[in-house]
Amino acid sequence: MKIGVFVCHCGSNIEATVDTASVAGTARAFPDVAYATDVMYSCSEPGQDGIIQAVREKGLDGVVVASCSPRMHETTFRRAVERAGLNRYMLEMANIREHVSWIGKDREANTNKAAELVRLAVEKLRRNRALFPKSFDITRRVLVIGGGVAGIQAALDCADGGLDVVLVEKTSSIGGKMAKLDKTFPTVDCSSCILGPKMVDVAQHERIALHAYAEVEEIGGYVGNFEVKIRKKATFVDWSLCTGCGLCMEKCPSRKSHDAFNEGVGLTTAINIPFPQAIPKKALIDARFCRQFLKGKCGVCAKVCPSGAIRYEMEDEVITEKVGAIVTATGFDLFDHTKYGEYGGGRYPDVITSLQYERLLSASGPTGGHVKRPSDGREPRTVVFVQCVGSRDTSVDRPYCSGFCCMYTAKQAILTKDHIPESQSYVFYMDIRAPGKLYDEFTRRAMEEYGARYVRGRVAMIYPKGDRLLVRGADTLMGEQVEIEADLVVLAVGAEAAAGSPALAEKLRISYDKYGFFMESHPKLRPVETNTAGVYLAGACQGPKDIPSSVGQGSAAASKVLGLFSRQKLESDPQISQVNQRRCVGCGKCALTCPFGAVKMIDVRGEPKAEVIETVCQGCGICAVTCPQGAVQLEHFTDNQILAEVNALCQS
Amino acid sequence: MPILAGKELRIVGFLCNWCSYGGADTAGVGRFSQPTDLRIIRVPCSGRIDPLFIVKTLLYGADGVLVSGCHPRDCHYGQGNFYARRRLEALKRFLPIIGVEPGRFEYTWVSASEGQRWQQVVQGFTEQVHALGPSPASAVFGACREIPDEKGGPRVAV
Repeated sequence: MKIGVFVCHCGSNIEATVDTASVAGTARAFPDVAYATDVMYSCSEPGQDGIIQAVREKGLDGVVVASCSPRMHETTFRRAVERAGLNRYMLEMANIREHVSWIGKDREANTNKAAELVRLAVEKLRRNRALFPKSFDITRRVLVIGGGVAGIQAALDCADGGLDVVLVEKTSSIGGKMAKLDKTFPTVDCSSCILGPKMVDVAQHERIALHAYAEVEEIGGYVGNFEVKIRKKATFVDWSLCTGCGLCMEKCPSRKSHDAFNEGVGLTTAINIPFPQAIPKKALIDARFCRQFLKGKCGVCAKVCPSGAIRYEMEDEVITEKVGAIVTATGFDLFDHTKYGEYGGGRYPDVITSLQYERLLSASGPTGGHVKRPSDGREPRTVVFVQCVGSRDTSVDRPYCSGFCCMYTAKQAILTKDHIPESQSYVFYMDIRAPGKLYDEFTRRAMEEYGARYVRGRVAMIYPKGDRLLVRGADTLMGEQVEIEADLVVLAVGAEAAAGSPALAEKLRISYDKYGFFMESHPKLRPVETNTAGVYLAGACQGPKDIPSSVGQGSAAASKVLGLFSRQKLESDPQISQVNQRRCVGCGKCALTCPFGAVKMIDVRGEPKAEVIETVCQGCGICAVTCPQGAVQLEHFTDNQILAEVNALCQS
Repeated sequence: MPILAGKELRIVGFLCNWCSYGGADTAGVGRFSQPTDLRIIRVPCSGRIDPLFIVKTLLYGADGVLVSGCHPRDCHYGQGNFYARRRLEALKRFLPIIGVEPGRFEYTWVSASEGQRWQQVVQGFTEQVHALGPSPASAVFGACREIPDEKGGPRVAV
């Protein structure tokens, strides 16, 4: 075998702490290495051409690239090797950037380590063989999880692109957080006026099947062929009959139910349609408050319903959908401000969250769009906004910036002035973060046109004084203490991962960070892909995002799905398990352990033998370890290859 | 190729591609500096790691072996790390029986986002192995290598 080794400088990323020329020199002495050189940027066009040229001129039949992580550029170099006329699997990479040059400054130790990693790659490559992918049929349908604005955009774009879409939404209406907003920054558009038509499009699109009040229970399969179990939670109303007339809401006697849509500001009825523009516009009984469920007698809604849709005996239903790709758009939740004892910890009725304030501002909200204090219904004159509640604060384990709070606070200050012209707003802030088109101009308008007073500093304490609230804080620009008597305090609560995100990530087999946000495949170049093929991300489930970014990601995820489905068949990765049937004793342990059902038992001349279904196997290699005979081997990660790597490290 | 005498010990890592290898990448991207002893062997899943790989690595003279996979319930392949956990826990209890000091083998879970955690794991494990010093197995095998074979040439170790 003739192997070529290419040691990349990566500009100064590697060369600064690794002597790449010396690594290439050392590599020339490794077995089967016919050619070794260092290159400035191996991934650049001249770099790749250099590899191709060397393969042709030196007659190489395998290539080792020592550069960045294979998770970054394995595909790039596989394509280059293929262009050179070799099988694309005759490539190995040594990760001498992320695992060497970037984590230490000792040039001698790094150079030695880099040469050893090249040695590992050479030993592995010597035992590689050419592999050829197989193609398999796919289900050209997509599942979108979450019906917020990102999920709506992804669903509409996929459906307009000709795909069948299954949209699953946890609550009884799509719309997500955006549906709760009164206006949006920086244009002060009416939120429901721009979102509402999109929601209607979802409802009316012939290619979108909407499952509201449903959750994903189980996900099996793999890219192209997922099987998803969806739990449709009991609504106690037959939605095929419900017309959304709202008569049941008028007559329902349980009028003290928690109003989740209005963030607990005001109360609603036990049977309710969350808001006038709800899609689907169907009623739902909250069994925690319904008299029929609590006391066993009432039945008013069943009596008044003109279409006889009420079903008290309804139970959850689990349905199965087959899809080929999944877009996750599960959004975010708000930080629980009661963790801050100094802001009252939820004890003062007139200290509310920004989203609760949004409901007070909204014409479809519990106060009909009149700003009233929750405690006594009086119109506030002085409103204090506190920024970074649950953002940029390590003491509550939320060190990140939620990104959009500066902007919505400016918007709310503007709206406060619009609603109550004689009011005065104060904003306590750490920094104004307004990086976006027309964003900084917008915050300036809040200050200059609408007279909101911005105080740079944190609030130390909020406590009641008579029927008002005393807000005590620091003005760090003036270097003095500030005390403001406020009628209403609005906390700009930050974003955190939606409740249940880790559990969903585990079902999807994708990674999540310590805060529960899902991990993208690459933070810059693959922002909506995950490392699990066929699973894409959109919106704030990946990290806090405002509406334009969420919509952008929804469309981006849809374009990825459409790209995936633009092929009639998908190619499977050939780095999969193979059974040596002469060694196989037919014990069937591999078939039992395989998480994908990719091993089937066949009959070979009366003997049971294992066989791998090539397009189903995902290449984890659990079976290879399970096999007591060593009959199952994972291509490119065979026992011999791994032990050869061990040998190279320990025995030479 | 020898390790840097007096500075490094021979530490071999088996990392799953999806979580821990990514976590080590994240640590690199974040420039979280680490000791240089560790050499990482990439495998698709911690469930691919045969306990015998680890035994052989230790008997071949490694001073320490570190295995890392996805957090339980977060396996890219669904269940691989559950198999790994059973196998590795059994191995961990077995190693002292064949005379390997307990501190020379560890397994841990690091996700692709946990660059800083990976740095801590590598630092902690490297310190732990350095506290134990070079493995006696390497001396035994090293000595074996010195014994000439029947023809008088240097004997090649198994």
